[in-house]
Amino acid sequence: MATERPLTQHLRPDGEPLLLQEYERVGGYQALRTALRDLSPQQVTALVKDSGLRGRGGAGFPTGLKWTFVPMDGGAPRRKYLVVNADEMEPGTFKDRLLLEETPHQLLEGAILCAYAIQSDVAYLFLRWAYKRAETVLARAIAEAYDAHYLGKNILGSGYHLDLHLHVSAGRYMCGEETGLLNSLEGRRANPRTKPPHPPVSGLWGKPTIVNNVETLCNIPHIVNHGSHWFQSLGKGRDGGTKLYGVSGKVRRPGLWELPMGTTMREILEDHAGGMQSSLRFRGVLPGGASTDFLVESHLDVQMDFAGVEKAGSRLGTGTMIVLDDQTCPVGMVLNLEHFFAQESCGWCTPCWGGLQWTEGILRDLEGGKGRPEDLDRLQDLSRHVGPGRTFCALAPGAVEPLQSALKHFRQDFERHIRDGRCPWS
Amino acid sequence: MLSSEERREIEGEMPRYEQRRAACIEAMKIVQRHRGWVSDEAVRDVAELLQMTPDELDGVATFYNLIFRKPVGRHVILVCDSVSCWIMGYERLRRALSTRLGVELGQTTPDGRFTLLPIVCLGTCDHAPALMIDNDLHRDLTPEQLDGILERYT
Repeated sequence: MATERPLTQHLRPDGEPLLLQEYERVGGYQALRTALRDLSPQQVTALVKDSGLRGRGGAGFPTGLKWTFVPMDGGAPRRKYLVVNADEMEPGTFKDRLLLEETPHQLLEGAILCAYAIQSDVAYLFLRWAYKRAETVLARAIAEAYDAHYLGKNILGSGYHLDLHLHVSAGRYMCGEETGLLNSLEGRRANPRTKPPHPPVSGLWGKPTIVNNVETLCNIPHIVNHGSHWFQSLGKGRDGGTKLYGVSGKVRRPGLWELPMGTTMREILEDHAGGMQSSLRFRGVLPGGASTDFLVESHLDVQMDFAGVEKAGSRLGTGTMIVLDDQTCPVGMVLNLEHFFAQESCGWCTPCWGGLQWTEGILRDLEGGKGRPEDLDRLQDLSRHVGPGRTFCALAPGAVEPLQSALKHFRQDFERHIRDGRCPWS
Repeated sequence: MLSSEERREIEGEMPRYEQRRAACIEAMKIVQRHRGWVSDEAVRDVAELLQMTPDELDGVATFYNLIFRKPVGRHVILVCDSVSCWIMGYERLRRALSTRLGVELGQTTPDGRFTLLPIVCLGTCDHAPALMIDNDLHRDLTPEQLDGILERYT
């Protein structure tokens, strides 16, 4: 049997978005019809929970489990919110863009199903500013969905209501962080919030709120249509489903492919991305966006699923790989990454804004030939002091991942910068 | 003073949220769409409409990098400096842009035509390096293509 690609199988070859009628022709909105007719909200949640679907936005939290944290008993707040996190801004990540631009109704159907499962009657789609084409496509798709009674009052005659608003951001990486996003939607600076309470209990304006990633929600209609066992069977390892894997950097064919979850890194890099450009050698890879640990050649056979990448010492993250070649300076690459994180720190926690600026400064000195032998110990200390447990959100701990792993895998390159008093690649 | 059109557009945003102030980011984007940037006066006017203090609103305005609190050129060039573009030739591209325009990052050309700004990952990493001019994405760039692209923006 050919490999199943539920998320991308109906993409148009010309790259134009699948509009309502075409989406319906390939079975679109059947899952919503089924759910509204035959399934209780709790049954939808149970299906998603049984499927084992884990969030595709980077953290990998089990989606159905998250939904069960929303209070549903009689005493629960009547108003609940769903927020679609379409603020894709992790450096090296370009997967949600495809789904937003080319299958907008698949996302809307997934969002409506999630909203139904948690009995939310207002949803926001939080889109990053730079995705101009997605903004146009989504605005049209939302209007089509209202006209066809998939959104609005009494959806498909079921008695269930849902309004969905498109919110386009004004920039900043922090908006992709769940609680920063909620502050931004409320018209505030996108600083993170203290957890607990977690958003499913107290989120937007203090109401129960589910925040889910675009790729995550796109899976929901297929799980409702085909069941949780089908979903599990799609994966090659422990995690079910497919994954949109991306590759950027100096490979022959940078791109994006929907493959079974757990496909090996080697298959993705060699068979799909075509291997390295001629005369370049592979040195390392950030497997899931900028805030994941470097992996190296000895890790090429890891399965790209949550457990597989974690076992190798990194994280699946967003599943979009950034490849480091032998003609690119690893210290320069880490400097670029830490510059990003230092700039995007919201300034809320001292270890983050102070520590990351300091880190960037040391790396800039190293790259500029002004490094000192004690700098490497200092970077190691900084990695620990801005790491997990010391900040409100995951920005700083994420920033540390490429740094600490580069110090491990590319230590001789850092030392050479200090010894030679210059960047060997410049 | 907000124009009646700006005011109408901002008021159209308010019912979408539980609280009035939640419309403040969209309100500043509306002002910016009409005027190119958000002045101190505009901050005061929008704050009044949304029942915020000007300082509260300015605190929000200055957080978001795409709310411009200073005048910008007729066209804003946002050149991606994140990791995939960096690997694929960002430095060459930025130097070529600075040479052609005669400005550094953060500056506007003396004729008011272009403002050159850095931007984080544009989410098109398989087509790096990339930049945006106004609402247009330009990808797979080489410095040699810049003249042809820039001349489209007058």
